[in-house]
Amino acid sequence: MRVLSCIKQVAVLGEEVEIDPGGRDVDPDYLERSLNEWDACALEEALRIVEAVGDRAENEVVAVTAGDEESEEALRRCLAMGADRAKRVELDPGSSGPSDPLTVAKALARAIEGESADLVLCGVQSSDSVQAATGTMLAELLGLARTAVVTKVSLDPAAGKAMAHRELEGGLIDVVEVDLPALLTIQTGINEPRYATLRAIKQANLKEIEVLAGPSESAGAFRVRRMFVPDKGASAELLGSDPAEVAKRVSEIITARLS
Amino acid sequence: MSGVLVVAEHLQGKLRDVTRELVTAARELGGPVSVVVIAREPRPLAEGANLEGVDEVLAVSAGRDEFENDVYQAVLEGIVAEKSPEAVLAGFTVSSMGYAPALAAKLGTSFASDVFALAREGEALVATRAFYGSKVHAELELPTKPGTPAVVLLRPTVWAPAEGAGQAVITETTVDVGPSRARHLEFVEAPVSDVDITTADFLLSIGRGIGERENVERFARLAEKMGATLSVSRPLVDAGWMPSARQVGQSGKTVKPKVYLALGISGAVQHLAGMKSSGTIIAVNTDPEAAIFGVAQYGAVLDVFELAGELEKLY
Repeated sequence: MRVLSCIKQVAVLGEEVEIDPGGRDVDPDYLERSLNEWDACALEEALRIVEAVGDRAENEVVAVTAGDEESEEALRRCLAMGADRAKRVELDPGSSGPSDPLTVAKALARAIEGESADLVLCGVQSSDSVQAATGTMLAELLGLARTAVVTKVSLDPAAGKAMAHRELEGGLIDVVEVDLPALLTIQTGINEPRYATLRAIKQANLKEIEVLAGPSESAGAFRVRRMFVPDKGASAELLGSDPAEVAKRVSEIITARLS
Repeated sequence: MSGVLVVAEHLQGKLRDVTRELVTAARELGGPVSVVVIAREPRPLAEGANLEGVDEVLAVSAGRDEFENDVYQAVLEGIVAEKSPEAVLAGFTVSSMGYAPALAAKLGTSFASDVFALAREGEALVATRAFYGSKVHAELELPTKPGTPAVVLLRPTVWAPAEGAGQAVITETTVDVGPSRARHLEFVEAPVSDVDITTADFLLSIGRGIGERENVERFARLAEKMGATLSVSRPLVDAGWMPSARQVGQSGKTVKPKVYLALGISGAVQHLAGMKSSGTIIAVNTDPEAAIFGVAQYGAVLDVFELAGELEKLY
């Protein structure tokens, strides 16, 4: 069995923000990068599925990303967690703004075509863009059956089927039977991603990451026209910075509102 | 048609509220508004979707009673080919996430999701959405042309729901979509709980800012002392620290207490959707740029443990 796990090294904005001179993205100096939380859960699920099958010599997890060289850090973390191989498709949006999901899906498809995957797992969304679209677009490009926002999965490879729980608004669960091979987008809470041991991290740093050329230029799903820091609008009235004073004010407000 | 096509969303025989919000957004864009209802027996739902400002309701009998993404995609591909709308609007919901991006990829159309403002500009739509933890916004250009409409998923609870009965023509058709590769089997309700956070007047709500599992107990005691019901944001449920019955937000409960005291909650969009209509919102967080301050009436940039220490003295 081969499970492909798509991951993204997301960008996290701290307290300060400055828009890039091009006006279409945040100045990269203000962004920290890390493995997307949803993708860590998807990778963990991929590892658990393959480990349950048994023999790791014939069953593997392959971590895939579309990004610049720096995003190999996130792939190294996947390798340290237990992925057998890692592939990166070159994709650098430069200063044209955050990537659109179609461009990313086309890039990921290049790394997955030819892998004969039994299952492809993606995170539901990335924490920096929250588009919840790349996985479902990728399923379409690969011609795979799919289910989005999955909180539980069990495989029956002999029957060529999987059972998935789709988590709807309000917490209602839709139980879905999906034909294999399939692509599932994984919701947080499905598992608790494992930590990598120091030894595994060292070994991961020695592994080779396969790098593929990105797709040729084509129309994406959107063009970022401008990015801006929104007006605060009617922002909160600040209660001060002294804990005792804030506690007193909070208590007064609560008493007034509940009476 | 060259108008706007709204995809009605329904669950267990009822139209979901977002459908009426989509109709309002479609009317604001201008041009004829069509609503498509896809179900095995769409007629009763189609009547509910006949809202003021709707020009045509397409009642498409296809698939099962409940949502399946292959069914929605196949039906919509057919309608887009036949009617050539400029835009297809659906909610930014779990079900839409399963088919709308695939529809856009298949047809090679423009696409944007979690959109909270939408305007027409010549041959394109301009969609506004947030990036980087809602701290910045961006305008996205979405080219449209007949046959390749912009597919746009709108954030729920932003547009006012359309009210009043419409006078649209209801057109009934049947589409044979073939077998689904992902089939609905059954629904499982979330486990019942003895706590109902939706009826509480005062919620003390905690999030990732409380740091460790060991700290949950301290805030549970504080809530009890203050006469509040304890609620939480999603990460605490994901981590298994609290049951989902106490979760506020899109995948949890929608709450409207008189007072919502948010401690260590940054305010993800999905969380805000579940609590922004509360009477008075008080937010305490160490990040002055946290999105929760955008919906709060009162705020303090403070360590939640220092505040808890002081509140413990007062109660």
